[in-house]
Amino acid sequence: MKFYQTGSFAAGNRLLPLEQRSVQADAQRTNSLNSGHRACQGCGEALGARFALDAAMRATGGDMIAVNATGCLEVFSTPYPETAWRIPWLHSLFANAPAVATGVAAALRAKGRTDTRVVAQAGDGGTVDIGFGCLSGMFERNDDVLFVCYDNEGYMNTGVQRSSATPPGARTATTEAVGPEPGNVFGQGKDVPLLAVAHEIPYVATATVSELRDLEFKVRYAMTLRGARYIHVLVPCPLGWQSASADTVLLARLAKETGLFPVFEAEHGEITGVSKIRRRVPVEDYLRLQGRYRHLFGTSPRPDIVDRIQAIADRNIRRFDLLDDHSEQVSSAGRGERGP
Amino acid sequence: MMEKPFAITLDVGSSLANKTGSWRVERPMYVDRLPPCCDACPAGENVQQWLYHAEAGHYEQAWRALVRDNPLPAVMGRVCYHPCETACNRVQVDEAVGINAVERFLGDEAIAREWKLETDAAPSGKRVLVVGAGPAGLSAAYHLTRLGHSVTIYEAGECAGGMMRFGIPKYRLPREILQAEMDRIFALGVTLEVNRSVTDVVATMESEGFDAAFLAVGAEIGKRTYIPAGDTSRVFDAVSLLRSMEGEAPPHLGRRVAIYGGGDTAMDAARTARRLGATDAVVVYRRSRDRMPAHDVEVEEAVEEGVCMKWLSTVKAVEGEKLVLEKMVLDEKGFPQPTGELEELAADSLILALGQESDLSLVQGASDIVVDGGVVQVGPDMMTGHPGVFAGGDMVPAERTVTVAIGHGKQAARNIDAWLQGTVHQPAPRHELATTGMLNTWYYSDAPKTVRPRLDLARRTSSFDEVVEGLDESTALFEARRCMSCGNCFECDNCFGMCPDNAVMKLGPGLRYAFDYDYCKGCGICVAECPCGAIVMVPEPT
Repeated sequence: MKFYQTGSFAAGNRLLPLEQRSVQADAQRTNSLNSGHRACQGCGEALGARFALDAAMRATGGDMIAVNATGCLEVFSTPYPETAWRIPWLHSLFANAPAVATGVAAALRAKGRTDTRVVAQAGDGGTVDIGFGCLSGMFERNDDVLFVCYDNEGYMNTGVQRSSATPPGARTATTEAVGPEPGNVFGQGKDVPLLAVAHEIPYVATATVSELRDLEFKVRYAMTLRGARYIHVLVPCPLGWQSASADTVLLARLAKETGLFPVFEAEHGEITGVSKIRRRVPVEDYLRLQGRYRHLFGTSPRPDIVDRIQAIADRNIRRFDLLDDHSEQVSSAGRGERGP
Repeated sequence: MMEKPFAITLDVGSSLANKTGSWRVERPMYVDRLPPCCDACPAGENVQQWLYHAEAGHYEQAWRALVRDNPLPAVMGRVCYHPCETACNRVQVDEAVGINAVERFLGDEAIAREWKLETDAAPSGKRVLVVGAGPAGLSAAYHLTRLGHSVTIYEAGECAGGMMRFGIPKYRLPREILQAEMDRIFALGVTLEVNRSVTDVVATMESEGFDAAFLAVGAEIGKRTYIPAGDTSRVFDAVSLLRSMEGEAPPHLGRRVAIYGGGDTAMDAARTARRLGATDAVVVYRRSRDRMPAHDVEVEEAVEEGVCMKWLSTVKAVEGEKLVLEKMVLDEKGFPQPTGELEELAADSLILALGQESDLSLVQGASDIVVDGGVVQVGPDMMTGHPGVFAGGDMVPAERTVTVAIGHGKQAARNIDAWLQGTVHQPAPRHELATTGMLNTWYYSDAPKTVRPRLDLARRTSSFDEVVEGLDESTALFEARRCMSCGNCFECDNCFGMCPDNAVMKLGPGLRYAFDYDYCKGCGICVAECPCGAIVMVPEPT
């Protein structure tokens, strides 16, 4: 791509032809998840769901059905009788979204309508905990479904309880910041993107709401494939993370730039690409913006726990080879970001 | 009642019924802020705006936006010390945008493509006299003409250009470029009369029926200082030396030349001496490098060309083929104090570059025009004590650069226009300055500056060819696109794309965006993720 001021970082650019801008830059985008939904201010999941589904709608020419598990996304979008969805949308139970999606795909196949594509979506609770059995089955059968998980690292709409995607050290209602090991424990939890890779399905990817173009590319690519596909999107939650609503995109960016959330792609069990860190920052820059880590700083700080979290980031960087020659080392907090 | 499925009692409703805007306690608002480049430009150019057109490859539009403020972009793109680049916020990211290089590209493009200046102002019937055809005078004449006034320039010398012709060496400003841009101003309808000295401006205005006058006679007399010299034929002044490069036979300087002074003129004289064959050109300056008034780029280029610097020294005497220098020390106030310690410097000639003065005889007859410290005092509206007589450029108190002079010309033209209409010029209120802290620089691609090629060093010191070459089209475009558009929306679609509530409406190319306050929850993501700092949060009106 030629040099256009913001390159591919911003959603669009007046100098770019429309087809080279992101789906979100298009005034005619689907707006799959419409205004008036009841998500909190600055909800990362609402943003991630619109990014992913609008991209899928464009990729399929609007010929698509979405299945939704129970969770924030379902609750805030469809209080009876209202709906914020502008696409065919189906909800059944918390645990069974992958199975329902399998059924929809099977029904379409039986009717010979395989042009109509199926997307299933759930939060991390419905994916990594409650729906994991169904999901693993869907992967194992290689059903023709794209499953998108919006990971906000906990059960947020029920009062911020721990899920097996909650990171170590984070405070939730069920992992209070008390005792010698405050917050969530180290060494437990599931890395579902890697579990999906282990199923050797056609396509697995991770993404965040801070890199729109990357997320849209992955959805578009996933829709060119058949079989079971999985995209795991990190979506910061101002409520559960106790962060400022304006910081949602910044936090997603920092999660990637610290190395805590590796952004990669895998096909048939092999990692095929990673998104390199552009401006590396210490995990502290990321943690300090979130109230759920408040107990690690302040009057009785726990630098030892911060170090353990940093070790996780460093391990990811090593394991996924997240640095390259262009990665900048940024030491001071929040350089390049907006000042106070 | 409509048939409904089992257990369903209500029709499907849209979430649009839920006006989530009522949750808001703060609302985002689009703003325009003042980019630091525009803030810093002495000529008042709207730098960001002409870069905006250039970014799209609309060079003529860019040039037209540029010449609204400055009629000499090709000259500017060569001789300006570009305070805009010093102020540029991109310095904090990688390097400043090469604004000056793009300006030169646009100026050269305009000359090559013969774009013409235009005016559509109705003739006002007023006649304005401009004294001096240097940058200030030409700028004033141009702006006054575009405002509909009839302008005549009286120039005491043989041709127009002032210090741009007689002070700035050819290797920095080729004369055909200067001539082309000046001709364009004359083609607009400005009358130039050369060899016309004005001895008494008030009398000339009355006898020839001018409604107002703008004085811009410059400062063309080199200051002298008393230095005991056995043979004064070896002592020259820099202004005369530079002037003599235009046509006359240049003086014989010899192989070892000393230049006394630390300003840009001293650098120009030293570099000219090198080109006239001097093997040693030594600049003698009484203070230290950091206190030198010369601009860094001039000092750097001079040093690159082999000019030597002798800091903290004054010239005590000229004795045959050598100079007697006295070493100086800086006192706590930074003033140089003599030490009494003497040394010798071999030199065939000495060039004095100790600053310049104006010939202000034309205002001596007007008792209400105040001259203080060798310069004419003017008000913020550029008017002297005499109603209708304005002044600018090097003859008024200000930094003495071409850019400042051009800015004076513009400012004076606006004030003269207002004065002729019996009103007072009210400058538009300035927006809040856009600082780096307001930007989200994450979104800008990494792209270091495209440095203009420098003429090969060996050729540089033997000829008067232009030292700095221009950018070609693709590099100029690249450079323009490095602009971060600080403080003003450049339609990157980020706010539109990043709103979790679809509460940003896209209004179409050039029309920017608007908020849908029915649904905006006031989360502030648009403010945080706006690359250029063109959105602010304000408390919700109650």
